[in-house]
Amino acid sequence: MDQEKIKFLEETAKLVRADIICSLASANSGHSGGSLSATDILVALYFDVMNIRPDEPRWPDRDRFVLSKGHAAPALYAVLARRGYFSRDHLWTLRQAGSILQGHPDMKKTPGVDMSTGSLGQGISAANGMALAGKIDKKDYRVYALLGDGELEEGEVWEAAMTAAHYKLDNLTAFVDHNHLQIDGFITDVKSPEPVDEKFRAFGWNVININGHNFVEILSAVELAKATKGKPTVIVAETIKGKGVSFMECQAGWHGIAPNEQQKEQALKELGVEMNA
Amino acid sequence: MPEKIATREAYGKALVEFGEQYPNMIVLDADLSKSTKTEEFKKKFPERFINMGISESDMMATAAGIATTGKIVFASTFAIFAAGRAFEQVRNSIAYPKLNVKIGATHAGITVGEDGGSHQAVEDIALMRAMPNMVVICPCDAVESRAAVKAAIEHDGPVYLRFGRLAAPVIYDKDTFKFELGRGIETAPGTDITIVATGMMVSSSLKARDLLAEQGINARVIDIHTIKPIDEDIIVKAAEETGAILTVEEHVVNGGLGSAVAEVLSEHRPTIMKRMGLYDQFGQSGKPEDLLKLYKLTPDDIAYEAAELFKKKR
Repeated sequence: MDQEKIKFLEETAKLVRADIICSLASANSGHSGGSLSATDILVALYFDVMNIRPDEPRWPDRDRFVLSKGHAAPALYAVLARRGYFSRDHLWTLRQAGSILQGHPDMKKTPGVDMSTGSLGQGISAANGMALAGKIDKKDYRVYALLGDGELEEGEVWEAAMTAAHYKLDNLTAFVDHNHLQIDGFITDVKSPEPVDEKFRAFGWNVININGHNFVEILSAVELAKATKGKPTVIVAETIKGKGVSFMECQAGWHGIAPNEQQKEQALKELGVEMNA
Repeated sequence: MPEKIATREAYGKALVEFGEQYPNMIVLDADLSKSTKTEEFKKKFPERFINMGISESDMMATAAGIATTGKIVFASTFAIFAAGRAFEQVRNSIAYPKLNVKIGATHAGITVGEDGGSHQAVEDIALMRAMPNMVVICPCDAVESRAAVKAAIEHDGPVYLRFGRLAAPVIYDKDTFKFELGRGIETAPGTDITIVATGMMVSSSLKARDLLAEQGINARVIDIHTIKPIDEDIIVKAAEETGAILTVEEHVVNGGLGSAVAEVLSEHRPTIMKRMGLYDQFGQSGKPEDLLKLYKLTPDDIAYEAAELFKKKR
């Protein structure tokens, strides 16, 4: 694979992580851990995989993305901003009254957001809807969705899993951000959705296991998904919650909180990114 | 005897009729297509019908996803599942992003009959009426049901359509009927009291009006097909001209038509009124006509309450 491309994606991910940290710090609330674990997948999708037009967000033939784990909104916003959907200045208004950047994705307010999400389990159904519409219209756009592993405890995910397999939605690729943590602790302690890959396989999906922080693996898995006909693909991405910031990594406590100023500075230093005010 | 057609039958026929005209119309059902009558659409346009299986929550959010691509999506199931089980999907995936999904909710109210209280939605109007961006329509007969489907298609945004299982008298003339979203209809004139009804209770109210006429009471009957947004003008005018308002609905009295009318009157024209419907009760099994008697929603009951209210007025 193109080494230059991989290097560009890694560099972009670093900058996106810095933007996430800064937007969360300015909001003084929000979901740090799950935004950082999902960052590389989002960067890969928006900077390489997806056929999109940032200057025409509603282009009918675009590939679509649904952030089913809507609480990772800061990651989506940072990626959309850096991809040119809106100015990065908006990132520092995250979660504030009147902002275009809501606590959870809002398709009515944010250019580039394809579906409003946040209530877990619903995004994957909506992604199915987009994929079904694509089939009906005989369009070749593809639909991507990102689920949390804790989110798999929602029953609707499995209703949707049945739908996607039954209707052979091979134009749909779902990622599971498998970071092993949810608000109350390890997913295996709270209510285990394991084995995640075997469950999807039993539901009729093509399953690919990868390291969700390795761009070569992410891009190769997407290529395999595109080549798979007659069934949807799920890419179970092994990730680290809080990835890139040592004191946030693998800490359930960092699920739903934001860094303070001091923590922000520490995080930026670790990421090796200097932010100009 | 007027012809009787269930509003759900009219819904199924309207989907086929307008499916022809609107090639971007998609219909979803959750394994109840024979009962909700979406089966007609499925036969005519199989490529635009999706059976979602017994997964109402998944169906609503899927409908939302389809609607993001510019299609008009009808999602059908029983009212109890549409407004109840899938409430939060309807709220967060459909109403919150104001997507173009029309919820065809059939088997509303106690006239579901024998299936019993578990399957009789008596609080769906209240639930859907509370939801921002949602339009709520409860047609009273086959002619109005067709018009309601057309209006729902022409409206850009979510609509909750409430249909009944039971065959209902056809009270409007299909050749002259005019329907406007958010505008009530004075179905029969009157000066002594006004009966404001929705759904099947409109035809019962017209029968009650005949009974009242025998007692020398001249009752006006207003059909509120659109419960949200409600027609304030027709209600205030009726209060001004008749001085007493009786509401009748096949629904609990809190949160439904009665509440909506009371809200209008208390803010614009305080008027004596009485709400008929279920008082903090669920339904139960039984023949629909027996249940209507049990819950005091027959023409006789309506006429009795109207006469009592008329007495209070003086």
